[in-house]
Amino acid sequence: MKRCLIVGATSAIAEETGRILAREGARLVLAARDRAKLEAVAADLALRGAQVEGVFPFDALDPEGFEALVARADEALGGFDHLLVAHGVLPPPGEVDREVHERLASLRVNAGSVIGLLTAVAPRMKARGTGVIAVIGSVAGDRGRRSNYEYGAAKAAVHAYLEGLRAELAPAGVRVLTIKPGRVDTPMTRDFEKGALWATAPQVARGMVRAMERRQGVVYLPGIWRWIMLVLRVLPESLFRRLPL
Amino acid sequence: MKPEPRSWGRWPRARHELRALRWRHEPLPLAPEDSPALPAGNGRSYGDVALNDGGILLDARGLDRFIAFDPHRGIVRAEAGVLLAELLELVLPAGWFLPVTPGTRFVTLGGAVANDIHGKNHHHAGSFGHHVTALELLRSDGSRFRLSPDERPKLFRATVGGLGLTGLITWVELALRPLGPAPSAPSAPSAASEARPADSRPELRIETETLPFEGLGAFFDLSRDSDEAWEHTVAWLDLSPGAQERARGLFMRGNHASREEGTGDPSSRSAPGGPRGGEPGAGMADRELLRAAGLLPPRLSVPFVPPVSLVNGVTVALFNRAYRLREGRRRGRRKVPLGPFFHPLDGVRHWNRVYGPGGFVQWQCVLPEGEAREGLAAILRGLRLGGAASFLSVLKVFGEREGVGVLSFARPGVTLAVDLVHRGIETLALLDALDRIVVEAGGAIYPAKDARMAPATFRASFPGWEAMGPHLDPALSSSFWRRVTGSDSAANTGAHERAGAHSGRER
Repeated sequence: MKRCLIVGATSAIAEETGRILAREGARLVLAARDRAKLEAVAADLALRGAQVEGVFPFDALDPEGFEALVARADEALGGFDHLLVAHGVLPPPGEVDREVHERLASLRVNAGSVIGLLTAVAPRMKARGTGVIAVIGSVAGDRGRRSNYEYGAAKAAVHAYLEGLRAELAPAGVRVLTIKPGRVDTPMTRDFEKGALWATAPQVARGMVRAMERRQGVVYLPGIWRWIMLVLRVLPESLFRRLPL
Repeated sequence: MKPEPRSWGRWPRARHELRALRWRHEPLPLAPEDSPALPAGNGRSYGDVALNDGGILLDARGLDRFIAFDPHRGIVRAEAGVLLAELLELVLPAGWFLPVTPGTRFVTLGGAVANDIHGKNHHHAGSFGHHVTALELLRSDGSRFRLSPDERPKLFRATVGGLGLTGLITWVELALRPLGPAPSAPSAPSAASEARPADSRPELRIETETLPFEGLGAFFDLSRDSDEAWEHTVAWLDLSPGAQERARGLFMRGNHASREEGTGDPSSRSAPGGPRGGEPGAGMADRELLRAAGLLPPRLSVPFVPPVSLVNGVTVALFNRAYRLREGRRRGRRKVPLGPFFHPLDGVRHWNRVYGPGGFVQWQCVLPEGEAREGLAAILRGLRLGGAASFLSVLKVFGEREGVGVLSFARPGVTLAVDLVHRGIETLALLDALDRIVVEAGGAIYPAKDARMAPATFRASFPGWEAMGPHLDPALSSSFWRRVTGSDSAANTGAHERAGAHSGRER
């Protein structure tokens, strides 16, 4: 049975992933900012078959708490073998007009807290010599688009960090998985016009659980985004900036 | 923004601003300056009770969490956006079934309460609302109420069958029915108190018998003879063109099969994992169990909306003849899985698309027992004279229990449901004429199926409707409510589109 710590457990993708793990009877520790939401998700996952071993508050802006969270989760699960990092915020549009503290806060949530958490987790997983670390990145981290480069910059930092971590932990038997969802219809994107390329949270969750069981490093979900981003990544900037993105 | 078909009949079309709900403890996402809103579930109501043209739809499907389940007493509590199909995945492996189920399991709990739906067991179990032990109502002013038959009973009675107009139902608590044969006294709620043995294997089949009949008299005789011993009864009526008045049909009755008789059957034994004992968390999505019960999602689907309705006089006649022959050959007793017995409408996904871009109208009435014979004969005659062939027509005698809600439809009497291709004004005129027969007889038209009844018909169907007044949430409204209460007569005239006015495909 998987022993999994889910950080950002109330996000739509994490909740759907939790439901798949619950069906397998996984043991879970759930962490998120909002206590009431966390309790609702925990009760639901327990009825769906999960053994929920702990429900802990998580504040991405309080790095002092990271080590404590990881330690408590480890204790509750008897050493977790899966970590899913799914929290994040989507900054409002309007990239130039942004208050400095707000911008730095969003970078701290989307990049700093992820790196901070992994700093607390990596030595434990390395010592155990097994396990999977899965982090939800984004296609937004592949190129800087005029409409969301603040978000993209954080995701790009996470991408590079995970690439290095993957290389460091691979010999120890720990796999590091970067999940890059394309456009997903979740509360975070509720104000967007939805086109054909939009995926649902359950779709992405299924792909993620599948990827956790395979030897993959970077996974685009749905898979079509791998090819879309391949094209966009090789496009010279002089062309890329003219795209209506 | 184009008007879209969002209800199951795909008519009328409506324009909405969708707002997704995801957390039951948060207030409704409504501002004082917003246009009227309406909570909406999975879009299985046929007409316009779940439409709010020009307003906001609060999409409650995101409220899809289980909250609590007592597998020993059979009491389950879940958020209102949970589908009955999803609820079954939780409770079936523990040996429980829905106390009342409509012909499709793809309706939400909230929608089942708000329409106070009924099933083939009305004569034993009443309607859905009779089994709701409690629910929470969230009003637009942020206030919340726990409602039950004993807690704020008036608001409870306005909310059950209340079409979503008293507030958002955030969660529902339901008393389930144990699988297997009914306890000697056919009252489902008392069964909930008996503890389930830990080693019970759920019996997933219905023992059913199909009896052909011709003539309304024969139908009433069969129904009277079956009501006591059979928990589920319903008749399919052949309303092929020209044959409407013959009232030919098949009477179907069923009981939950008993375990002893089922033990030899491999399909109910093959479920892996051993006895569940019903402890929550013992692993619920037992696909094998659901497969044996015939409750997995359908594989067949109507993939797109054909440019014209595939339902016409010829196909209706062919379908009904084939159905009569096929089912008629299965005469006698046999055992069938739960799904195909209870949810014949779920065999094919998106079946409502076969009616083409114009959509279709369902019409369901109930006639008091004393008037039923003559009333039904007049209705069948009207259908024949109107040249209206109904693809699928269902006849059932309700039991004696009055509904819980102010606007509950199911009541003592006989109910007939037909669905007709929407051919515009001629269809509407015919149904207006049928309405008059129903009103004359002191009957009622079912709001969950309706998109066209006149305000006077509504008032005659629900003489107590004004009792809703003090309980209505001022920020909520629906296309249906404005239409039948005449509070906004202009809003709906545009809905009377002729078939084919739109291409039928959203982008």
